[in-house]
Amino acid sequence: MSSALEVRGVFAGYGGVRVLRDVSVSALAGTITAVLGANGAGKTTLLRAIDGSVKPSDGQVRLDGTDLAGRRPEDISRAGVAHVPEGQGVITELTVAENLRLGLLLRRRADRAAALADIYERFGVLAQRRNLSASTLSGGERQMLVIARALATNPKVLLLDEPSLGLAPKIVRDILDLIKQLKDETGLTIVLVEQNARSALAIADTGVVLNLGTVVATAPAGQLAADEALRRHYLGF
Amino acid sequence: MVEFLEFTLEGLSAGMIYAAIALSLVLIWRGTGVLNYSQGAMAMFTSFIALEVVYATGNYWLAFATALVAGLAIGAALERVVVRQVTGKPPLNAVIVTIGLLIFIEGLAGIMFGANNRSFPPAFSIEGLSIGTVALGITRNDLFTGAAVLLAAGLLAVTFRYSSIGLRLRATAFNAAVARLLGVRVGRMLTLGWALAGLLGALAGMLVSPSTFLSPNSMDTIFVLGFTAAVIGGLESPAGAVAGGLILGVVLSYAGGYLGSEVVNLFGLAALLIVLMLRPTGLFSSAPARRV
Amino acid sequence: MTSEQISVPAAGRAVPLLNRSTLLRHVAIGVGGAILLLLLSIALGAYRDYELANIAAFVVAVAGLTVLIGLSGQISIGNGAFMAVGGYAAALIFSHLQWPLAIIIVLATGIAAIVGAIFGIAAARLRGPYLAGATLMLAVALPFVATRFASVLGGDQGLGFFITAPGFLGVNFSLSRWQAWVNCAAALVALVLLANLVRSKVGRSWRAIRDDEIAAALSGLNVARLQILAFVVSAACAGLGGVLLAVVGGTVSPSTFTLSLSILLLTAAVLGGLGSLAGAIWGAALLYLVPIYLQNVAVSHNFTSQATSASIPILAYGVVLIVVMLAFPRGIQGGITRLIGPRAQAGAATALTSWRRRSPADDRKEKGTT
Repeated sequence: MSSALEVRGVFAGYGGVRVLRDVSVSALAGTITAVLGANGAGKTTLLRAIDGSVKPSDGQVRLDGTDLAGRRPEDISRAGVAHVPEGQGVITELTVAENLRLGLLLRRRADRAAALADIYERFGVLAQRRNLSASTLSGGERQMLVIARALATNPKVLLLDEPSLGLAPKIVRDILDLIKQLKDETGLTIVLVEQNARSALAIADTGVVLNLGTVVATAPAGQLAADEALRRHYLGF
Repeated sequence: MVEFLEFTLEGLSAGMIYAAIALSLVLIWRGTGVLNYSQGAMAMFTSFIALEVVYATGNYWLAFATALVAGLAIGAALERVVVRQVTGKPPLNAVIVTIGLLIFIEGLAGIMFGANNRSFPPAFSIEGLSIGTVALGITRNDLFTGAAVLLAAGLLAVTFRYSSIGLRLRATAFNAAVARLLGVRVGRMLTLGWALAGLLGALAGMLVSPSTFLSPNSMDTIFVLGFTAAVIGGLESPAGAVAGGLILGVVLSYAGGYLGSEVVNLFGLAALLIVLMLRPTGLFSSAPARRV
Repeated sequence: MTSEQISVPAAGRAVPLLNRSTLLRHVAIGVGGAILLLLLSIALGAYRDYELANIAAFVVAVAGLTVLIGLSGQISIGNGAFMAVGGYAAALIFSHLQWPLAIIIVLATGIAAIVGAIFGIAAARLRGPYLAGATLMLAVALPFVATRFASVLGGDQGLGFFITAPGFLGVNFSLSRWQAWVNCAAALVALVLLANLVRSKVGRSWRAIRDDEIAAALSGLNVARLQILAFVVSAACAGLGGVLLAVVGGTVSPSTFTLSLSILLLTAAVLGGLGSLAGAIWGAALLYLVPIYLQNVAVSHNFTSQATSASIPILAYGVVLIVVMLAFPRGIQGGITRLIGPRAQAGAATALTSWRRRSPADDRKEKGTT
């Protein structure tokens, strides 16, 4: 299997502060790669380095073999990297449908209607609320909206930053089930950043553990989940 | 009573101009977070360009179109070259830079076109209209002014609400970071916002210059009153900008008509201060919760 | 621990000494400057006296404005209006009461300060563009007061203000030299007072508010009162400048105090470095002298006619404002000082009247992309 997304030896940070040190992550096509670690480990910075918001001072980010270096976030989105940021990023001044339409703009005009229909089929709740303001959605519904919106852009790689944040346990399970379903049904490559390591490892294929900006472990998800010492030390369970 | 009607209609007509300026200010404020102090000066400059076209060709409507195109071009150029450097920096920088643009454009106009007051042709007749023997206090040109501004505002509203580019513009204005992640070319949207504002300003300049005569400083007062209208309507709300313009126009018309024309600007100052003190978010903007 | 306990009282005793020596230092510089200017004015001819007197007037006004913007972080493009208040107040007192010059100067400055206080209170909650807009409106609207009350204020022609050199200097003492001395003396006094204010606790409080208003409020500073005080100080300086303009010009009229004047003050302050009193001096001097020079060059070489040449200084001011702001993107917080962190930038951007939503993450994102 080829890797859809390859992060190699990335150093990145903000201003004078170095956050990531020599980070390498390989996300194989059609798999879910969980990126785990405590708060401040650099997980979000890693996603930002991939989507172009933060420029790595060293190292490479490759999408299907193409180097993404130096491109702006909007160009990297257009290249097929969809990032659902921490805190969701629902544009509350727009309606549900408008949020989705925004994502659809990256598709060809002819494909948009069909894609939207697909999304409404998969996400019934969004179909019901389509003309309401996005601000009326609950936390779990908003998370669904931003995932749907990211899917609307027809991405090659989906980056999810803490989708479980602030959500009730049952909703978290629903969302994570949805993510697994997406991978199974569409073969999408997914990079999932999560603090909720246990649930993330349950649906992931590979796990990467970050601590203080470096990778301390990369292994199949089952292996990581079984490693008690590692779990207790870095993942909190 | 007839006087009252006259003042009201005059006020609405003047209010349309303030509304156009207010709209362009709101457009730029919402889209780029900058308050463009040179909006009036830009309008003055495009009007001068139009005047030169009239002198050269004698064709008013060609000049009108030229002014609008020039407004688009100048707005886009200013955003790309100057304003782009100050978005994301301390807000005071943008204030000082746009003030710098204001006087730069005025100085340039003075050198290129001269500092004297020039008379400016109206689009339509400026003869007072009347119903029967009752003078209405407005002219055909005033009716055209109202129609033109309403049409422009309407087109803008439709574009914003229903078109793809309108959606991108709004997304950029509401949350540029998220818009970027969805592939919106935020930079281009910012430039487009300024271009559209330049267009609106150019329209306002063409409509008002026949009555104020054109000189490098002739749009100063109009701009300030347009700013006041935008504040009254709430800087976040295009509909509010139009409403604010009309309200201000009518109030100032009464003040000028009943109390003498010298107090108009003082009334404007008072109106601005009162609104800023009592309801700084404007009369029409929705509750602050929306802005969180 | 014990060494701290010993040194604190010592520092406590030292601080008043330091304050006094700062005042002495400023006064010494002021006196030195006075002697320098005295020699300068004797060495140069009558026309230079005229220029010196004008420059002194602008220096005072610019100094007040640069303190307002650079230290307290507020902006005003309406200080020309406060200059008008000072000038007209002086002219009115002169024509109706004929009091001595020194009293007129102090009173007129006081009146400008009061008007500044009124405006400052009305605008106390405004920040950034809103405040700038309100002061812009002030600058545009206030000249109309003169035409509205033309009978008292002389309308477009304005009022006269004639001073004469005091008797003890001799009958043939040059009037323009006297004007230059009066203006320079007043300017020096004002600068010394400002310098002390800048170094005082008030000055430090202003800077704290400028850098992070919320933190300043949380640490107990009365933000509104300090901001109004800053406004009053800048209005007083502008008013004094207006009086001095009247002293040298002999007349006050609406055409002396245009919007361009307000923007000229801003440009000089920006050019000299916001917050810098020394910068105010050379900024004002440059901005008074260079445009005249440019105009003369342009006219004598027939680049432009006399009429359009007046636009050249205006164009130059615009270029200065834009170029300086673009070259020093950190603006008031950085061209002179070092980098301020994103938290302070976010703090400076918050306001009662709403700003567009911006989080430190947005700032970082914006800075992270080209």
